[in-house]
Amino acid sequence: MSLLYIKDLKVSYGGIEAIKGISLSVEKGEIVTLIGANGAGKSTTLRAISGLVPIQNGTITYDGQIISGQSPQKIVSEGIGMVPEGRRVFPNLTVLENLKIGAYLRKDDLAPDIEHVYQLFPRLKERSWQPAGTLSGGEQQMLAVGRAMMMRPKLLMMDEPSLGLAPLVIRDIFRIIQTLHEEGITILLVEQNANAALRIADSAYVLETGSITMHGTGKELLDNPQVKEAYLGKKRGAT
Amino acid sequence: MWDTVFPYLLSGISVGGQYALIAIGYTMVYGILRLINFAHGDVFMVAGIVMVYIAASGVPLWLSIPLVLIITALVGFLIERVAYKPLRSAPRMSVMISAIGVSYTLQNLVLYVTGGLNKQYPTIPWVSETIVLGAAKTKLVTVVTPILVIILVAALVTLINKTKIGMAMRAVSKDFETSQLMGIKINSVISATFVIGSFLAGVGSLLYFTNYSTVIQTSGAMPGLKAFVAAVFGGIGSIPGAVIGAFLIGIMENIIKGLDVILFKSGVITKPLGLATFSDAFTFALLIIILVVKPTGLFGEAATDKV
Repeated sequence: MSLLYIKDLKVSYGGIEAIKGISLSVEKGEIVTLIGANGAGKSTTLRAISGLVPIQNGTITYDGQIISGQSPQKIVSEGIGMVPEGRRVFPNLTVLENLKIGAYLRKDDLAPDIEHVYQLFPRLKERSWQPAGTLSGGEQQMLAVGRAMMMRPKLLMMDEPSLGLAPLVIRDIFRIIQTLHEEGITILLVEQNANAALRIADSAYVLETGSITMHGTGKELLDNPQVKEAYLGKKRGAT
Repeated sequence: MWDTVFPYLLSGISVGGQYALIAIGYTMVYGILRLINFAHGDVFMVAGIVMVYIAASGVPLWLSIPLVLIITALVGFLIERVAYKPLRSAPRMSVMISAIGVSYTLQNLVLYVTGGLNKQYPTIPWVSETIVLGAAKTKLVTVVTPILVIILVAALVTLINKTKIGMAMRAVSKDFETSQLMGIKINSVISATFVIGSFLAGVGSLLYFTNYSTVIQTSGAMPGLKAFVAAVFGGIGSIPGAVIGAFLIGIMENIIKGLDVILFKSGVITKPLGLATFSDAFTFALLIIILVVKPTGLFGEAATDKV
């Protein structure tokens, strides 16, 4: 059984259909990526899963339960974490407070988790008392990932984690995604950086103006001529 | 000279403290909802009226004070649930109009209940005792107010900076949506803000009406406006700013009230100029000057757009 299963999902904003009936599934332990151009509906899909936007039609099933229609708080408490687009760390809270607020719903001891995040991102430990607003873009992204890890999600959704970051930092972020994957966290990754995303993905979907147009393993899509042309910047026929 | 100024300074500090307790409610609600809660001054007035009726019904004083504070907090909570929560995703202007509506509703409800008569505020023993401090003869409440304000503000700042709910408040004030993704119930946090703000306005009303002794449906308007100016002066959204702004306004206002006497006694003028009339005008002129010269106030942060 899939950890996350979406069936016929439709989402509209003010009369415009942003998602036109998509179905997709995420298996336990996989990295699944959703690629597509700007405005294809990738972020909307994640926002619908986390309960931030109301869905018009379809169902979202997580761990055998229907979660569509639930409040974002309830969905978080079920174990779905989110690294939102544009990082969205709380600029007025310190780095440590940002991590603590990630575990807002937990009542047990946070110390081991904080230590674990600091191990993955030693830079955050150095800056633990700094307001998050003073961090660089890459550091904020690491904090956003660390914050999401604090609630010990079973499914971690990441919305464009590489957006606006330097190539070296992007490499770090993708390395971290793989580390989390090895720790057993299921990952649903939305990316415009199709190349990097497909390389690490077990399964991938291509989203175009609200519909899924292609689906396959990461490698299949990486080798697909249409994907190559549209998303990987390679002309058909060229090698 | 000092003996002439001192009584005015003292009552300025006292009134300033009372303004501070109201101003915190304005600034906290603004911090979290970006809303000027125009009904806040009326919540303060309602606290006064509730005290009048509770005391009149024969409830002992030790019970009536906590009862007034609980009821005031509840009034704040209900106002938010009924008039602001349904407008959460509406334009900010709609919420502000709703706030003005709540303000008039409260005033008219009280008008209906009291028949528009000045109600005698019950005498709270101990704080109503007259004391002599140097050249000033005053009620004990004048001295109690600033001390109580400092204790309450210290408690509030600790709550906001050291507790989980305080951390949630700071998070919600920056970003509703991401706060929800953390599992924070933003409606509970907003309610908590209104409860705290109204509770403090309730404390303020106990102190203020002990000094002024009567309550009428419009009693909240002037102190409410002054506290609002104080919050803007200090930098709306900032709690220390609101408190310092309130004390400064209270002091300046009372010094102006006494300016004639002070100038006369020190021989600068030979006949009164009637400057006391300008004490209210001064506060509002100050508001205009702040808005023109430094709209973010003393401690306000520069407006940064959410990214």
